[in-house]
Amino acid sequence: MANVLCVSEIQDGKVKKGTYSALACARQIAGPTGGSVSILALGAGIGSAVEELEGYGAAKVYVRDDGTLGGYLAERYAPIVAATAKAGGHDVVVSVASAYGKDLMPRVAARLGAGLASDVSSVQVDGGKILFRRPLYAGNVLGTLAIKTPIACATVRQSEFEPAQPAAGSSQVVDAPTDGSPAAERVQFLGVEIAKSERPELTDARVVVAGGRGMKSAENFKLLDPLIDLLGGAMGASRAAVDAGFVPNDLQVGQTGKVVAPELYIAVGISGAIQHIAGMKSSKVIVAINKDPEAPIFQVADYGLVADLFKAVPELTEELRKLKAQG
Amino acid sequence: MKILVPIKRVADPDNANKVKVSADGSRVTSEGLEQKVNPFDEYAVEAALRLTENGATQSREGEVVVCSVGPKDVAQTIRGALAMGAERGILVDGADDAMDANVIAAVLEKLYAQEKPDLVVLGKQQVDGDSNQVGQILAERLGLPQATFANSIELADGGKACVVGREVDGGVLRVKVGLPAVITVDLRIVGSKAIANGITPATHAYPDAPRYASLKGIMSAKKKPIAEHTIASLGVTEAPRIEYLKFELPPKRAAGVKVESVQELVEKLHSQAKVI
Ligand SMILES: Cc1cc2nc3c(=O)[nH]c(=O)nc-3n(C[C@H](O)[C@H](O)[C@H](O)COP(=O)(O)OP(=O)(O)OC[C@H]3O[C@@H](n4cnc5c(N)ncnc54)[C@H](O)[C@@H]3O)c2cc1C
Ligand SMILES: Nc1ncnc2c1ncn2[C@@H]1O[C@H](COP(=O)(O)O)[C@@H](O)[C@H]1O
Repeated sequence: MANVLCVSEIQDGKVKKGTYSALACARQIAGPTGGSVSILALGAGIGSAVEELEGYGAAKVYVRDDGTLGGYLAERYAPIVAATAKAGGHDVVVSVASAYGKDLMPRVAARLGAGLASDVSSVQVDGGKILFRRPLYAGNVLGTLAIKTPIACATVRQSEFEPAQPAAGSSQVVDAPTDGSPAAERVQFLGVEIAKSERPELTDARVVVAGGRGMKSAENFKLLDPLIDLLGGAMGASRAAVDAGFVPNDLQVGQTGKVVAPELYIAVGISGAIQHIAGMKSSKVIVAINKDPEAPIFQVADYGLVADLFKAVPELTEELRKLKAQG
Repeated sequence: MKILVPIKRVADPDNANKVKVSADGSRVTSEGLEQKVNPFDEYAVEAALRLTENGATQSREGEVVVCSVGPKDVAQTIRGALAMGAERGILVDGADDAMDANVIAAVLEKLYAQEKPDLVVLGKQQVDGDSNQVGQILAERLGLPQATFANSIELADGGKACVVGREVDGGVLRVKVGLPAVITVDLRIVGSKAIANGITPATHAYPDAPRYASLKGIMSAKKKPIAEHTIASLGVTEAPRIEYLKFELPPKRAAGVKVESVQELVEKLHSQAKVI
């Protein structure tokens, strides 16, 4: 029996969607072993987030809603997560493999003396044994691992787990136990600047249109805007485009950026280096627009268009507009 | 200021699609691929050097100690960092596949106790295991504050603290960590103005990349000391906490078709793929 604690990610009082991918993984582990799933919610002013989380049929929702947790710091959060894991008799602790989960969970695991499987793409329960599968070498190898410590920790790839749906059954809301660490006294949260956008988040979007070095300038990236807005999508980029300063860093898709798996991924002026492919190859449909017929991106693209992007993108936008107008 | 920089060597990341899995699935082999320093660790070395020098006059104003845990030939990787300008090296002999992040962190904890640096600067992740854990585990084991995925570091409070910009989803989070502390770096840390140490004039602009080793650097690296230890000689008894049972190659994505025109593309996306 594996009792699983799912650590939610809450930002500005709202549950981030990746939480529900972690929850899906938690259910996949607890289900076959007959264990329970509980959720932990940490932050300041998170009342409505907790209410939302109560709708997912978890045995318990542990809550610590406290001014000192307003700005996220691993040094403050990890002791509480670890204490909750222990107090509740949890065998597995999972969170989403976002910047938040990647920062927090190793610290939690170290506190618990636990092993951590990072960036897990699937789980399997085999005769009570929990097996985690995860990509290595930029997704060119899949490894299956077991965790040998009494408590196991994992971060979960949002793109590989369909978000959990709300479930019946009321959750008991309880205070999370508190704990601290001397490290917390020596770190100060100064602030966070999050770019506000009307568009869906890159990791949540149904459509991603990503530009590469072929876009040639920050100014030219604006060419993608009408296309993205028509499709209700999000903007992504290759690292070369980020490196050149065309777009901010957090748009980077790839091994060392964000991993996305939208229904439609359109790569524009991106050559398709293995580090880029690592971040988008699970997309349902991939389109590549590149003027070089030999570009490796065509090896993973379902539909490849060999063309000058400066001509093809406005044309594509126009065609889509026509299609939309037809209904 | 003294900085410890753990570095790992990895199979050439630009050829990671050429790694193989042994027939029984027990091992990943990267034979034939060049071994290189993990790119993020090269950024960590660059960041540490920028923190401990006057960038304008190139005079060294502190000490950078690089360390690597791995088979004996990681000495070469260490030499590479010494050639960039680091002062000393430490090699801890250990087989790559007998270690997980926890064992590495336990080794680094011992080296930390020996060296007592003001900062440990690591890469955010090694690009073959892609595990992204060592810095955070080390910080917790040492009871130190952590600043992961750093894109900027500014020395503050007369060298007693660092203000660090962290790459997070959607933007940048800023923290101030009192020293000693653990920092893991993201790629933007080698941006021309990413590091401010109070010594290098604010007007000085670095190139947007890690430095190349000069010929003089390569020559002097040959004379720089590399201390050798083994995991056992350091008294590390920690066992790996995770165990890989199987490796396999992922299913290949089938190549699609080339379309002749934008019209054909839209038509296929609409009626064949049904995504628009
Ligand atoms: C440690 C490490 C981690 C990395 N992580 C990532 C990562 O997470 N994500 C990532 O993306 N990369 C990553 N990279 C970088 C990666 O190796 C490539 O350098 C990068 O992806 C290349 O970006 P690009 O395709 O935009 O640029 P290029 O390779 O320069 O390709 C530009 C493409 O645009 C095309 N083009 C140019 N002009 C036009 C035009 N007018 N019309 C149509 N096509 C045009 C060209 O034919 C070319 O194919 C990483 C590298 C390292 C070493
Ligand atoms: N074998 C090793 N020797 C020295 N440093 C390492 C080793 N493995 C990992 N590291 C450091 O830890 C960072 C994060 O690695 P990881 O958590 O394994 O992805 C790397 O970028 C290195 O700085």
